[in-house]
Amino acid sequence: MSDQKKHDEIHGIVAYFDDVDSVMSAARKVRDAGYKKWDTYTPFPVHGIDEAMGTKPTILPWIVLGMGLTGLTCGLLLQWYTNAYDYVFLISGKPDWSLPANIPVTFEVVILFSAYTAFFAMLGLNKLPHLSNPLHKLPKFSRVTADRFAICVEAKDPNFDAGRVRAILGAETSELEDCPVDTSRAALPLWFHAVMALVTCATFIPLSLAVKGRFATSEKPRYHVWPDMDFQRKRKSQTGWEGFEDGRSMRLPVEGTIPRGELRDDFELYFGVAQGAPVPPHVTFDGGAMGGDNFQWLSSFPTAVVVDDAFLERGRERYGIYCGVCHGAQGNGLGAVALRAAAIDAEQWGWVSPKALQSDSAKAYTNGELFHIASNGISSMKGYGSQITPKDRWAIVAFIRAIQASQALEAAPADLPDGTDFEPVPTIKDVRLSEASVDAPAAGSEPAGEAR
Amino acid sequence: MTITDPSAFGSQPSGEDDPSVRLPLVEGAGENFSSVTDAVASIAELPVERTNRAWIICFAISVSLLGMLGLLILHLITTGVGVWGNNNPAYWGWPIVNFVFWVGIGHAGTLISAILFLTRQNWRTGVNRAAEAMTIFAVVCAGTFPGIHIGRVWVAYWLFPLPNQMAMWPNFRSPLLWDVFAVSTYATVSLLFWYMGMVPDLATFRDRAVNNTRRIAYGIFSLGWTGSSRHWHVYERAYLLLAALATPLVLSVHSVVSFDFAVSQLPGWHTTIFPPYFVAGAIFSGFAMVLTLMIPARQFFGLKHIITMRHIDVMCRILMATGLMVGYAYSIEFFVAWYGGVQYESFAFVNRAFGNYWWAYWIMVSCNVLIPQVFWSKKLRGNLWVVMIVSITTNIGMWFERFVIAVTSLTRDFVPSSWGYFSPTWVDITMFIGSFGLFFTLFLLFLRFLPVVAIAEVKTVLPQAHAHGEDHAESHSAGGSAAAPASRHDA
Repeated sequence: MSDQKKHDEIHGIVAYFDDVDSVMSAARKVRDAGYKKWDTYTPFPVHGIDEAMGTKPTILPWIVLGMGLTGLTCGLLLQWYTNAYDYVFLISGKPDWSLPANIPVTFEVVILFSAYTAFFAMLGLNKLPHLSNPLHKLPKFSRVTADRFAICVEAKDPNFDAGRVRAILGAETSELEDCPVDTSRAALPLWFHAVMALVTCATFIPLSLAVKGRFATSEKPRYHVWPDMDFQRKRKSQTGWEGFEDGRSMRLPVEGTIPRGELRDDFELYFGVAQGAPVPPHVTFDGGAMGGDNFQWLSSFPTAVVVDDAFLERGRERYGIYCGVCHGAQGNGLGAVALRAAAIDAEQWGWVSPKALQSDSAKAYTNGELFHIASNGISSMKGYGSQITPKDRWAIVAFIRAIQASQALEAAPADLPDGTDFEPVPTIKDVRLSEASVDAPAAGSEPAGEAR
Repeated sequence: MTITDPSAFGSQPSGEDDPSVRLPLVEGAGENFSSVTDAVASIAELPVERTNRAWIICFAISVSLLGMLGLLILHLITTGVGVWGNNNPAYWGWPIVNFVFWVGIGHAGTLISAILFLTRQNWRTGVNRAAEAMTIFAVVCAGTFPGIHIGRVWVAYWLFPLPNQMAMWPNFRSPLLWDVFAVSTYATVSLLFWYMGMVPDLATFRDRAVNNTRRIAYGIFSLGWTGSSRHWHVYERAYLLLAALATPLVLSVHSVVSFDFAVSQLPGWHTTIFPPYFVAGAIFSGFAMVLTLMIPARQFFGLKHIITMRHIDVMCRILMATGLMVGYAYSIEFFVAWYGGVQYESFAFVNRAFGNYWWAYWIMVSCNVLIPQVFWSKKLRGNLWVVMIVSITTNIGMWFERFVIAVTSLTRDFVPSSWGYFSPTWVDITMFIGSFGLFFTLFLLFLRFLPVVAIAEVKTVLPQAHAHGEDHAESHSAGGSAAAPASRHDA
């Protein structure tokens, strides 16, 4: 057992050689003696030493191949995910995903993965970095990286026997030495541990912030790292600027220019008059004849619109949105606004009640006049030309004509089929006569019902 | 002349006039492992107070220029890219010319390390380390220019596919993005290759260190290398793999750089000859820069026996060969412009030679095609002054080549109404000069503190490195036995 104890004290036995030939022949002897835990140390890669030592070929090329293929997959997936799946955008009409355009980057990623692997797998297979090595404690061993050669048979080898190893190595006594086990534990100072612990903890901060940003909710706007587009040295629309004479930051269009999409060359569609006829002014006037014979009002519909079921349905919908609040869903002039105005007696301030569209005076209007009223307003009604497109205004006109044809204010049609309850449409007069309507003006249907 | 010519490993210089006998890779009868180590390590081991005066003067100039570059970049960032001469129609002015110029120079290093390694050109061992260092420093200079050319440098990370709150990704169908990947991969792989090759030599420095600072610094970066043969086995395989990976990489990088131009539709750019033409030009300029750097370095640092006249001779021949390739590309461009019959293309080339920038074109042709022809003469290849001058004119010519390509096409495109004339500003000029400060600062630090020559590799081409063993019938071991007997170290 004393022999075993002695082996524990030494790392191994080192022999030094001066030239390639002697180290090669010694290496062959150690190999043939069946040792496993030993190595040759040379200042440069010696040709043929692998065979002399019986070193097996490394698996490094296979690791590199594997990582190269991983790089291939990652490179392709990266480009497919970013440009063909997650954020698809058209560039010069090129396909979103086409192999030729993706070859260069894929190639570079393959090389990058393989090169990193070749380097780091080399370090890993050689167990580097390995800064503390008992051999480095031997002064003579430092010559091995310059001009000498060495063989070290480690005591850990199961066949290790100091005498036999010395005999096999066959070097002169002066060139043989025992390498002691490195007992000096190079302890790192305490502050180093503390700093490393802090640094390790600190490395988790960015990651945890990213996770929090991804999954937590916040009422504050996201933190913007580079705010360079948030504050721009420019004038915004509808603001003032002393730089121009009129003090406005915006410029008026040059006289005579027509903004895109605002050319009004179809008189029937845009003004409700015959093509080329005088265009009525944008004024509202109070009832009566619409300017008499001065204007050639269109009695039919413009050629630009097609009056069909869909058109009528569009008109019903638009009427409900824009007109019904005053004129009532049925066109009787009893919309919510009209009822409220009646309740507070708004006529004292100049309010004119909305016209019941089934009235004779409303029926007397030509289509062009109705369109003109819808566009530019009349008496206390405002014009809707800026809110409703011309075609939609014509659709509303069509719907009003449908109401006029199907609804009556008072008299029952003579040809009403038997068993059908005729419900005359109430008028504003009925509402104003009703006492209840004064108390409950806002409810649209109730006063109408009571007035019946 | 085969690579395994026995005389390649002979230690006696013999028959200089006999072309069938090669000069030895390491000159001098008494060269052995110790003397090679000493020659290289003594440069880095020189005490600071005994630093070569020429080095100190060069370093002072380089650092001043580097400082100037830093201030100019600050001026650029705080003011905007308008400080350059880039303007409609030449939005690619000097910054892109400088980028391509530096990237091109960066090609010789990896070419020497990788392609010549794979083809077993053993003469590379004397110059590969310095050439690799040159590559990395040139790529650093190259990367600076597109980096500051993007305008808002603080969002340079948009070049990379990083998830962001805009939910946008870069366009992988653009050659400019391929360029980002190619150049950054090239920088990474070159750095790995350079550092990995240096690890055993750093271990040599560590083991020779005379004080603790050096021992710790070189000790950390040599990763605990012992010279174990089992480590050498994996290491050599990794080195071979890196060389095999770097070889297609070095060819791809300048091809991708040329795509920046060739994939556009501008007359004079939109041609298929660009990738091989750019790669040949890159090797051409790279070898010129290696010569420019190596001739003074071997002179000042006493490395004449390791970086021999044979190295210089071989590099002069490569310079002339690649110069002829570039000249061929110039002429074939004209031929295709005429033969293709496209009016704009023909005009672009006539305009290059005889238009506004005729002077740039003829500087390019003289420096790149005519002047290197002097290397047909063996006598002139052996005259270091001639070699030095030709290597410098080559670099001037290659800068003008990139200028001619970028600027003549941009200022004379399809529509005469968009024609213009590019003039550099003082910032353009001083920034280009400053980039040399960056390059030489890094290179001089490398010369002073790191192993300038791959010590371990040079030892492998010494005759003593080869066993005369019983079962070694390799052809070159015969050369070893013919050489001087393996020397004992003189401890």
